[in-house]
Amino acid sequence: MAEGNGNGGITGLLNDLSEQFRSSQVWTSIFRPGSPFRGGYSDTPRNRSYVVMNNVMYHLHPVKVKRHGVRLSYTLCLGGLSFFLFVVLTITGIFLMFYYRPTSPQAYIDIQALATDVAFGQFVRNMHRWGAHLMVLTVFLHMTRVFYHGAYKPPREFNWVVGVILLLLTLLLSFSGYLLPWDQLALWAFTVGSTMGSYAPVFGDSVSFALIGGVQISADTLLRWYVLHVLFLPFIIVLFMSVHFWRVRKDGGVSGPL
Amino acid sequence: MADIPEDILRRSAEARAKAEGRPVEEVLAEMTGEAPAASSPAEPAPAETEPAPAPAPPETAPAAPPVASGNGGIDVAALSVETGVPEAILLRATRARAKHDGLPDPTIATPAGGGTAVATAPPPTTTAPAPAPAVPEGVRTQRLLTVVKAGAIQQVKREPTDKVSVWPHLLAIEFVALLVILVVLTAVSIFVDAPLLEFANFNEQPNPSKAPWYFLGLQELLAYFDPMVAGVFIPTFGLIALMFIPYVDRNPSIRPSDRKLAIMIFTFFIVAAAILTIFGSFFRGPGFNFVFPWRDGIFFDDLLTILD
Repeated sequence: MAEGNGNGGITGLLNDLSEQFRSSQVWTSIFRPGSPFRGGYSDTPRNRSYVVMNNVMYHLHPVKVKRHGVRLSYTLCLGGLSFFLFVVLTITGIFLMFYYRPTSPQAYIDIQALATDVAFGQFVRNMHRWGAHLMVLTVFLHMTRVFYHGAYKPPREFNWVVGVILLLLTLLLSFSGYLLPWDQLALWAFTVGSTMGSYAPVFGDSVSFALIGGVQISADTLLRWYVLHVLFLPFIIVLFMSVHFWRVRKDGGVSGPL
Repeated sequence: MADIPEDILRRSAEARAKAEGRPVEEVLAEMTGEAPAASSPAEPAPAETEPAPAPAPPETAPAAPPVASGNGGIDVAALSVETGVPEAILLRATRARAKHDGLPDPTIATPAGGGTAVATAPPPTTTAPAPAPAVPEGVRTQRLLTVVKAGAIQQVKREPTDKVSVWPHLLAIEFVALLVILVVLTAVSIFVDAPLLEFANFNEQPNPSKAPWYFLGLQELLAYFDPMVAGVFIPTFGLIALMFIPYVDRNPSIRPSDRKLAIMIFTFFIVAAAILTIFGSFFRGPGFNFVFPWRDGIFFDDLLTILD
């Protein structure tokens, strides 16, 4: 009997404490009105609106969407998943940067060391690599989904163009990362890929020179593509993603039902 | 008076009744124009001279006559009564029109009835004509200027759509999708290691050397076309063509049955790209020559390391 009461009492006390804590000034200054994390939240239509509207989420979603738009089979969440994979790749990429030096023998040694010396090193590298392949796939599938729904039609024409640029940037990001392990696979896959640029008419040699940072692939190429991979391309892609998401909201969210 | 929805009228009447301390029914009757309430002295138009019952009424009522005296001035008060448009708005409109036409301000020209014209002659210096309404301290009043029904000034084509709240309906789905992809990615990463071959060696080119899988379609094209065509023109043209889809496809319909041609063309290129990529990945061996993967083995390093 005493135990039962004691448990109830402790649970009650904890609930009270939690409620008090979630109503404190610090907490309520972090979570804006309507947040389910605040004390005294109730599931009302007004609060459901506030969850989105009073929140950074409002940049990505309106308060309400057409019912057909939330059907999983309509969008398959491909755009959202592409973005999520980008976030995963950013996080794992930052982790990898701590252990990687973009110089000639060292790059390869560092990648090897990930598997042997670094806690979860191999796992994070795997995630980064498979996530990158997956992102190429989801971005591509997102594009085909948008096409088959005719979701590029006015007023969404320009967002389609931004999307194509994002696809190109995704490919470039993936490709630029390909060279970094500095093994046979990386070197020769990159050689084949970058040779294509040298076929450009008239200024093919200049393109090739700029791409590989010299007349031949060398450690300079490695540094060049490392900077492109970890700084330049992510910066550009974030700019275009911002425009892309903004236009999704402004052009009327998800397209109409078929 | 315009056809105002019942509930709005009701709310408005309640607010005014509260402000003026009169019974709701009386105010409501007055507003609907059914019975110009006996007790309250005639308020010319519902929207005019807001809740200022105590001092104003006796004067405002006879204030109507002073029409068009002097140089063709316009009596805004009378016009307001006639049209039901709030006086302040009429006044502003009249002045604006006069200014636009280059005429002298017609509203100033009626100093007719001395103290009578409460509303007619607000000195041109100030625009707000309201002589501090007798509203009890601390009571907020709001004036309903006019109710414009949606269909009255513009044709609203949008039909009411069936909508659901993003929270929880969409966010919950997205969260689950995110978890699923995270679980899949984690599982794959636990069991399959990313490839790492020998140290890069410039003097030993593996045979075949293949680009990353998403470029293998292009590499496959290299087997058929001049490098400049396959490596530069086709991808560049492809990207530009992709970007121009929305500007070329002018068909406004999004129903698949209306877009057979567009879908056919797009599907053709997608399938072609997929076939080229698969071909380049699995059916090309040493020297980038044709092989059967089931007979000669797989020459696709990305996949090989997974299979190991």
